[in-house]
Amino acid sequence: MDLLRFITAGSVDDGKSTLIGRLLYDSKSILADQLEAIERQTKNKANGDIDLALLTDGLRAEREQGITIDVAYKYFSTPRRKFIIADAPGHIQYTRNMVTGASNSELIIILIDARQGVVEQTRRHSIIASLLRIPHVVVAINKMDLAGYSADVYNNIVIDYAQIAEKLGLKDVTYIPISALDGDNIVEASGNMPWYQGRPLLEHLEQIEVSQDVNHDLGRFPVQYVIRPQTEALHDYRGYAGKIVSGVYRRGDKVTVLPAGIESTISRIEHNLQDVEEAWAPQSVVLHLADDVDVSRGNLIVPSQQLPQVSNEVTVLMCWMDSKPLLTGNKYQLQLNSTRVRAVVKEIAYKIDVNTLDNTAFDGSVKLNEVVKAVIRTATPLAYDSYAALRANGGAILIDETSNVTVGACMIQ
Amino acid sequence: MSRYYSDYLDQLESEAIHIMREVAGQFERPALLFSGGKDSITLVYLALKAFRPGPFPFPLVHIDTGHNFPEALQFRDELAQRIGERLIVRQVADTIQRQHLTEPKGKFASRNALQTYTLLETIEEFEFDCCIGGARRDEEKARAKERVFSVRNEFGEWDPKSQRPELWSTYNGKIQKGENVRVFPISNWTELDVWNYIRRENIPLPSIYFSHEREVLVHEDQLIAVSDFIQLEPTDVIETRKVRYRTVGDMTCTAAVESQASTLDEVVNEIIATRISERGETRIDDRVTEAAMEDRKKNGYF
Repeated sequence: MDLLRFITAGSVDDGKSTLIGRLLYDSKSILADQLEAIERQTKNKANGDIDLALLTDGLRAEREQGITIDVAYKYFSTPRRKFIIADAPGHIQYTRNMVTGASNSELIIILIDARQGVVEQTRRHSIIASLLRIPHVVVAINKMDLAGYSADVYNNIVIDYAQIAEKLGLKDVTYIPISALDGDNIVEASGNMPWYQGRPLLEHLEQIEVSQDVNHDLGRFPVQYVIRPQTEALHDYRGYAGKIVSGVYRRGDKVTVLPAGIESTISRIEHNLQDVEEAWAPQSVVLHLADDVDVSRGNLIVPSQQLPQVSNEVTVLMCWMDSKPLLTGNKYQLQLNSTRVRAVVKEIAYKIDVNTLDNTAFDGSVKLNEVVKAVIRTATPLAYDSYAALRANGGAILIDETSNVTVGACMIQ
Repeated sequence: MSRYYSDYLDQLESEAIHIMREVAGQFERPALLFSGGKDSITLVYLALKAFRPGPFPFPLVHIDTGHNFPEALQFRDELAQRIGERLIVRQVADTIQRQHLTEPKGKFASRNALQTYTLLETIEEFEFDCCIGGARRDEEKARAKERVFSVRNEFGEWDPKSQRPELWSTYNGKIQKGENVRVFPISNWTELDVWNYIRRENIPLPSIYFSHEREVLVHEDQLIAVSDFIQLEPTDVIETRKVRYRTVGDMTCTAAVESQASTLDEVVNEIIATRISERGETRIDDRVTEAAMEDRKKNGYF
């Protein structure tokens, strides 16, 4: 059984919460007492149905206001796969929450109301999916029950969306006509839409190939912690603990420690306290080097044949996540995996309108939820890959040095 | 299937180890909150994988309400001794005395809420900047919203509306002096994932997780162990039943479930078949209000 992390984004009334409730309900992940609690709360009992949306709103403020404020994580499994849902708010004022949820997702479900077709929100969510490089997209055309289960309605939306997908370079896009409320094409193929030949949503989520999403070509191993028992028996033991974020490592590989550029050889690999000949992403392991070299937290150990970029200046697409505006010239810290370096935002080239993808001129300050193209200079060199080529070593966060808050999500170019 | 395959338990395990090593790398004085329950036992087991052959970069800390199951306490002490790691125990009873706290009253008076005071005292005493806990997001709706690295202010309070964004697997543990981060390495595990992992790795557990005969008070639809900590009345129905525990908290606020399951395989099969959630079935204290957990967390509960 493997694992798929996906995000659903949406705002009030587009049926997102109902869809998640439906997936949990139909996969029998909602237990009797949880269902009872929802039944007690269900406000609209007129039609006798329970309000599946109530399953997902976790905070009192959300229940009171009937909105989703922050990302909630939900879990369900089928015999084939475990699923982690990042349930994110869809309104523009919560763009940063959606970016957060999208950063760990391999698939996004974009909900379109069949009666409305492609709207501004659809574009924005698709743009975020492309910025964050989510590999798989499902366009769920919802509320087909209110559109007469019409194939024409569905086909017109597919044509409209295909233009967006092409413009954004979204590659793996699947369209499914559904009714989350009634369960059409969620678990079972819908009898109301015999013209749809594809798989129902859950079957698609279960079968889509995700093993290729982990990169096993480029070796990247950020050192998190140095294990040195310093006991009599293990006097010379010095192991570099970390997670292989991409690629494969083998005993005997020639490697380079970055950013210093020191070369050595892997002399031993431990995985789960056992010696192994090779290890791969996303395993957490301990590497040993043949030479007594200076390696510490924040260093990157890479195969010498597969060097990343090393520079103290990077160009990034950045989503600003703080209520205080970004000011050029301010000092920050940039964290890329286990590396944290002092950084200054040197220059902002332009802003990107997340509703249209148009570039607009930089007007002096960057506000919450805005996306910009910027140049960041770091105090010490950074060993990185472009986010487009290798998500695992190209996404970094910007931290305000005085408040310690995470203020920016950077996709390195 | 690719040669470089990792199944879901492999992925969850690696994620948890990665999070623990981030704690080791980012904090000066971390601690691992350890109760002798299955989730914190799993954390200790993951810490062995993360740090051996070196020592743990943190002590094990137990906030003891004084109402714990003796089997869990014995297991706690034996495990700490077997792995040779430091165990710090602080008693809620001592805090009650020192701070003149008022004990809750009632039939199932629980010290669960008072634990927070002892935890904050202990954090202050040892100047812990980080506490690793075994909470999971599937347990409860407020937890579903909490970050893996959850920053608390100097009063231990969680502010759900101003959480730091948490992107990729990049964790920001930078804090001011006096603040504290609660870290949850098994956030993304479900109850069943924990049991499946315990079964796969054959992790030893206290005996109360398996079927045994016990004198219980039958209260509404819940079975509560007869102990010195609950007040019995003449009308109470006391029976001897075959039970096991799904969670291990205080004897006063944890209910048992009827069970014949005496092996890990049998327990896992029962969990798969159950139609009631872990907290719903076993925690008396969460039944009070819809937002009970959110309120406790805002006040510093882990």
